[in-house]
Amino acid sequence: MAETVQFDLVSPERRLASVQVTEVQIPGADGDMTVMADHAPLITSLRPGVLRASGPDGESEYVVTGGFAEINADGISVLAERAVPRGDMTQDSFKALVDDAKQKLDRAQETFKNEPGPVDDAAKLLADMVAMGDEIGLSSH
Amino acid sequence: MPSLKDLKNRIESVKSTRKITKAMQMVAAAKLRRAQDAAEQSRPYTERFNAVMAKLAASVGDSDSAPRLLRGTGSDQVQLLVVLTAERGLCGGFNTNIVKRAKVEAQKLLAEGKTVKILTVGKKGRDALKREYSAHFVGHVDLSEVKNLGYGDAQSIAADILARFDAGEFDVAKIFFSRFENVVSQVPTMQQVIPADVAEAEAGDEDAAAGVVYDYEPSEEAILADLLPRGVATAIFSALLENGASEQGARMSAMDNATRNAGEMIDKLTIEFNRSRQAVITNELIEIISGAEAL
Repeated sequence: MAETVQFDLVSPERRLASVQVTEVQIPGADGDMTVMADHAPLITSLRPGVLRASGPDGESEYVVTGGFAEINADGISVLAERAVPRGDMTQDSFKALVDDAKQKLDRAQETFKNEPGPVDDAAKLLADMVAMGDEIGLSSH
Repeated sequence: MPSLKDLKNRIESVKSTRKITKAMQMVAAAKLRRAQDAAEQSRPYTERFNAVMAKLAASVGDSDSAPRLLRGTGSDQVQLLVVLTAERGLCGGFNTNIVKRAKVEAQKLLAEGKTVKILTVGKKGRDALKREYSAHFVGHVDLSEVKNLGYGDAQSIAADILARFDAGEFDVAKIFFSRFENVVSQVPTMQQVIPADVAEAEAGDEDAAAGVVYDYEPSEEAILADLLPRGVATAIFSALLENGASEQGARMSAMDNATRNAGEMIDKLTIEFNRSRQAVITNELIEIISGAEAL
């Protein structure tokens, strides 16, 4: 059997998971990555996406909207800004997230007319959000 | 000397007051448990968050490339005091203590010639500070509609503060709240949130001593820039949760005291009532007996 590693998923409001896993797929800011035991120490920020953890107890999936992950010898800790088990994600709550991202983009466009940076960031957030919706089969409209 | 009827009325009214305070105490006890749970649930996030932040802050250091939220603006002339209090009273010294702590700080800063700006969260703090410091007020956040405090509430407060910071309205931001120790003891606390106060650098030191070198994706600076605004929200969220637990704890012990005092008062009034009733009876007897003797 594959080696396992401690995996913790926490959001500010609660701890969602604290289990032994064999691998975790993390939606990193620079692309998805799969982390297994003995991974090099790493800190990465997250983009909105689906986080998959598979272990001896089966596979579980969570929708995260950003935050960061810390990987070291002790295990994998994901600190998500907002995290929900994929099964609990409904069309309505997803729509709320997308609307939120859209508003952020509008606000960024208004406040930073001459600076592309924040506007691009907000646009990417929205695009990531929509892509995540496609992945889990929820519509952004 | 109050009449028997007056005494009876007073006893009745104190009794109904006791019923109310007793009910409030029990409600506060139930809410306290929920608030403590919420604080407990958020602790793992806050702890890890601070550890990672300390690590990053230590490695980026005080270099000029460090984000302004960490390094500060290079001045501490304009200070924003964010005072977090409850929306409701009847919780002992809870609100007063936080406000007192904030006033001490405001006076100290004013004496040093600094500019003080005040942002209040919670109605009680605004009411208490408005009298003395109305000229320093820059805003108020109303949470009276909020039933279940969520991270979103903290985020919107943080967004407000960060927007003011970006607009150059202040140099240093401090939050005032009450740290929950136990039901009878809540400590009014001041915490600096901007520039970030990474005093808890021990976690970083341990790892550094163990020779752990982290990779960063995308880059140290990018993560830190992403992290710092979240740090403000996280600090506010945990302050709000601590405050929530403290408020209920303070209310519970205040109402417990009130219930006990009402009980003592009822005992005292009952004794007085019995004595005056006895006096009335004795008087009547004397009248009857002396009337009989006169015959």
